[in-house]
Amino acid sequence: MSTTRPFSRRLNHAVEGLMVWVLRFGGWASVLVSLGIVVTLVTESWPFFAQVPFHRLISDTMWTPLFADPQYGMSALLAGTLVTTGVALLVAIPLGTVLAIYLSEFAPASLREVVKPMLELLSAVPTVVYGYFALLTLTPLLQKIYPDLPQFSMLSAGLIMGIMIVPYVTSLGEDSMRSVPMLLREGAFALGDGKLGVALRVVFPGAFSGLAAAYVLAISRAVGETMIVAIAAGLQPRMTINPLESAATVTAFIVQVSLGDLPHGSIGYQSIFAAGAVLFLMTLGFNLAGHVLRRRFHRAS
Amino acid sequence: MSCAGGFIVLPEHFFQRQKKQAHQRRAIDRWFQRIGLLLTLMTLGILGILLLNLVGNGLMRIDWQFLTSFPSRRAGEAGVLSAWVGTLLLMMVTAGVAIPFGVAAGIYLEEYAPKNKWTDFVEINIANLAGVPSILYGLMALGLFVYQFRFGQSILSGGLALACLVLPIVIVATRESLRTIPANIREAAFALGATRWQAVWHHLLPYSTGGIATGVILAMSRAIGESAPLITIGALTFIAFLPPTPVLSHPPFLSFEWLFSPFTALPIQMFNWVSRPGEDFQPNAAAAGLILMLITLSMNGAAILLRKRAQRNIKW
Repeated sequence: MSTTRPFSRRLNHAVEGLMVWVLRFGGWASVLVSLGIVVTLVTESWPFFAQVPFHRLISDTMWTPLFADPQYGMSALLAGTLVTTGVALLVAIPLGTVLAIYLSEFAPASLREVVKPMLELLSAVPTVVYGYFALLTLTPLLQKIYPDLPQFSMLSAGLIMGIMIVPYVTSLGEDSMRSVPMLLREGAFALGDGKLGVALRVVFPGAFSGLAAAYVLAISRAVGETMIVAIAAGLQPRMTINPLESAATVTAFIVQVSLGDLPHGSIGYQSIFAAGAVLFLMTLGFNLAGHVLRRRFHRAS
Repeated sequence: MSCAGGFIVLPEHFFQRQKKQAHQRRAIDRWFQRIGLLLTLMTLGILGILLLNLVGNGLMRIDWQFLTSFPSRRAGEAGVLSAWVGTLLLMMVTAGVAIPFGVAAGIYLEEYAPKNKWTDFVEINIANLAGVPSILYGLMALGLFVYQFRFGQSILSGGLALACLVLPIVIVATRESLRTIPANIREAAFALGATRWQAVWHHLLPYSTGGIATGVILAMSRAIGESAPLITIGALTFIAFLPPTPVLSHPPFLSFEWLFSPFTALPIQMFNWVSRPGEDFQPNAAAAGLILMLITLSMNGAAILLRKRAQRNIKW
């Protein structure tokens, strides 16, 4: 064997070595982004959490960190997030599940092929357009039914947010239902059950980890949604669990403060990073749970 | 119950009950079929109502003047010139960063990465990134790009924030599209002495272009509609000028000054008009919304067609 390899072979070898590093760096970029988010949230919110005693975050009932007499009741913001998310889920989970069952078990294949991509469009609509729709179309409509509804209400924002989330539930739910083996369905049919019975008693439990992943990811989406609530639910933090009132969510608070002048290191600047850190922890929990559930469903199928 | 010639003969009333039950079940199924169809149509109908609403309120407002005017205090004279130019420039930054990094990461994870704890971690990390609320990307951009790197409240900061936001979409699309290519394509290339990169560059990437392009279009359509991260970095200001042009008439012909220019974008302009009290600016908001919807819907439509074509043309 000759020890000198042809030039082209050596060139290939060099390119190969270079590209491995280029591609590996691309893979690291995603980790760097995560690291960037975590480090920024921690360092910029640190002064806030160091300055505000922990018990006040819980015991205060108002969230007014920018006032002369500041109140730090984070629960006033969390209440807004809880209510809008709750309303959205009341729409998205039942509707999304029924649509998933219908599309997976009942609808003819031709209809499903047309409907699925169209449903996906619902989650592609820019959220600022949804906000416009909630504030200027849905709220006046709801006010005809319930005249005392204020111009900004968590109900209206939550309902529209629910519509936005439906495709997340339907698409993942339908995928997991369709991956339930046909044999299980045929067994139940052979025992004489109807289509709906099979869907509810065989397919639904069989696909449950996939559906649960869809629900959890939907919650994460609703908690982090910003523009719809900032436009239609109001920007004033308020300790209330009545969806007919207006109140700010964690995300809406960040928008409201960002709209003003925001010098680096001011209390306003620190407070939005504190709100962001809380938001990150909440969604991280849901995202990880969703990831685990989805993996379980992939493994089962 | 009696036994005749080895067959079990069941009494007549038993069959009647069975028949009645089967009949009931079929009736229930038919009802659910109808309810499901109705709910599907209603959900899709909301999209239709939304579009009709925007067309009804905004179509009259879209004309040459609207597209070529700066924002103004008077609703009738205001336009989206600085907004659509801003959106266009943002997308150039976003695409320029997200596509190379996303595709590289996708190729690395699918073709190169060893199966170990670190790769698992990277994978969980991407799954989580895809679910991080967009406004947190804005906070990261504010702390990191605007203040730490001193890019200012500029097109560069905004474009980078959106690039980070859509990075997971590009990565996942690249991986899924590589995964559908059968292993024997790779094995054939290796058998002929190709290096891994040669197999990727000459065989795998050409086959997966359709899938990657679909993902890139969806990612860009997502980025165009995002406003929360841009508001967080402080982009919601009155911008009545255009950024410096990227092309010069004299050497060196290319200028990157525009990267550091303040900006506004279509969704931000729309948010500005929606959140004003009074009804004067509502037609403007509807018009901006209509433009946004047309862009995102046509991009999504293109992605769907592309995906269909890619699936039809390739049969392994």
